[in-house]
Amino acid sequence: MRKESSFAAVLSAVVLVCSGALILNQKVSAAGEGKISGTVRLDGPAPHMKGIEMSKDPYCAKAHANEPAHLEQVVVGSNGGLQNVVLYITEGLPASALAEAPKEVLVFDQKNCMYTPHVLAMDAGQTFKVTSSDQTTHNIHPLPNPMTGNIPWNQSQPPGAAPIEKSWKAPEVIPVKCNIHPWMNGWHVVVKGPYAVTDGSGNYSINNVPPGNYAVTAWQELYGTQTQKVTVAAGKAGTADFTFKAK
Amino acid sequence: MRTRLQKWSLLLGAAAVLALPPASCAQLTQYDLESRIGMESHIGSITGHAKDAKTAYRRYCTGCHGDLGDGNGENFPWVDPKPRDFQLGIFKCRSTPTGTLPTDQDLFDTIARGLDRSNMPQWSTFTKEERADLVAWVKHFSPRWVNEKPGTPIEIPPEPEITPERIKAGRDVYARVQCWKCHGVLGQANGPSAATLTDDLSRPIAAYNFTEGSRPKCGDTDRDIYRVFMTGLDGTPMPSFADNIKPDEAWDLVFYLRTLMSQPSKAKTMAKQLGLKPVDPNAPAGQQ
Ligand code: HEC
Ligand code: HEC
Repeated sequence: MRKESSFAAVLSAVVLVCSGALILNQKVSAAGEGKISGTVRLDGPAPHMKGIEMSKDPYCAKAHANEPAHLEQVVVGSNGGLQNVVLYITEGLPASALAEAPKEVLVFDQKNCMYTPHVLAMDAGQTFKVTSSDQTTHNIHPLPNPMTGNIPWNQSQPPGAAPIEKSWKAPEVIPVKCNIHPWMNGWHVVVKGPYAVTDGSGNYSINNVPPGNYAVTAWQELYGTQTQKVTVAAGKAGTADFTFKAK
Repeated sequence: MRTRLQKWSLLLGAAAVLALPPASCAQLTQYDLESRIGMESHIGSITGHAKDAKTAYRRYCTGCHGDLGDGNGENFPWVDPKPRDFQLGIFKCRSTPTGTLPTDQDLFDTIARGLDRSNMPQWSTFTKEERADLVAWVKHFSPRWVNEKPGTPIEIPPEPEITPERIKAGRDVYARVQCWKCHGVLGQANGPSAATLTDDLSRPIAAYNFTEGSRPKCGDTDRDIYRVFMTGLDGTPMPSFADNIKPDEAWDLVFYLRTLMSQPSKAKTMAKQLGLKPVDPNAPAGQQ
């Protein structure tokens, strides 16, 4: 068991590091701005998301007194659209599109003892800010695999604490937890290059994609990944819709 | 273990769809300790050499930490908490901020002190040179020591005079930042979050019980205790409070923690004279 798991760790680290290197080796293609958009849907009945019992912390319980909180592994809109799916480009990006992480500072908030957003996607090297809107102490504890180059840390945020600014070095799917509130669980999905996250209707749009041929990957925390080929032509957006089978 | 495997297979799933690695990366899959055998440590004027610790490590440490430093020695099944996996490069007892490597001196001190509430023995019989070599050997297991430098040790101002006011102020810090959520209002490791605590590898872990008489594993001096909550114990739920407790308040908190401990102390006597009450977990945040 132990042998297997550390093997998986090393292998995943290597695959992540090396695929990053591969992407960087690509030649620069024609410049220009375009996008890839589409919808991600769930095929079949959405699995039941259990309600969360927060009585251990009266502050949290009170915040959800009228509407209990539920687990967020699968969040489906009325039209079957799947929320919180991360879309990113796994093949075909020119080096110019990877040179610099976006300047936009992302926000990962602790609100009513839940993470908002539940899934935060970001570019490697992009700054994010961890904030707390709560009147209770949280500890924010991301758990990357240190073999990737991303190092775990664990900081408290009592009520009124200043935001914590951080970034991640390497592409990786990083679970985030609060040890004080064991139900709190979120994700930092670190990719290389442009990305998008689906909204409540399952829609997404990856912007700043120059014309070219790409592989687009959709990641969902429970269902894993799917990849499709898509072409962005000058003045014409690429489209890629995905469907995950309900389990 | 299963959760750890699941977590990392998920990672693998996310990674697998990316293109195959170029050939130049293949060598990364080989866990190459030999390339780091030149690792050194620097303790004051002593330089430790990893290669000189090989025999001592095999004799004294392998049984728990394993030949490859992965914590998978033959005693693994019988030891709890589990022997540390040195390949991950994550350490509890540091003078450096959370998320950074410890200094050589930190590891040097740990090896001599041992880790209370664990099977990690005290190793006071080695000479300083031998211990410095062992520090270098421990470091050579993780690539982190090649790619990163240790963090900058936190600054600890001189310890002020203990007063009843400071003990009271320390109690207010314990309440405000909610140490009691894990450690309990009386320090008995029975706070509302205590039962569900797990370490970074998803193994159950207990918060420190101040009242039992066991020594803190990262040292028993006031400065050691100050360091614990200002750096956090990496790999465990114990977070860093460096951004939220000012240095002066941190000393107040140390004095208050002494009142919770069973060992007799000046702080304990003062608290008794004060009739100091424990924090009230039901008061609104900031007023416990
Ligand atoms: C009987 C088992 C055992 C032996 C023998 C042993 N260790 Fe350990 N060691 C442990 C355990 C268990 C831990 C983890 C304790 C914990 O996490 O609280 C540990 C942790 C450590 C740590 C990490 C400290 C930190 O701050 O996180 C270092 C460094 C270390 N050991 C060095 C050594 C060296 C060097 C030797 C040989 C001289 C050695 N150990 C022999 C059981 C052992
Ligand atoms: C999320 C839960 C949690 C919170 C909040 C927390 N602790 Fe801890 N603490 C722990 C755990 C778990 C350990 C034991 C780690 C181990 O044994 O490896 C610990 C250990 C300790 C130790 C013993 C360290 C040693 O050397 O053995 C001290 C002292 C301590 N905590 C003080 C504090 C103080 C002061 C606060 C508030 C400022 C605090 N803790 C908040 C979980 C917590």
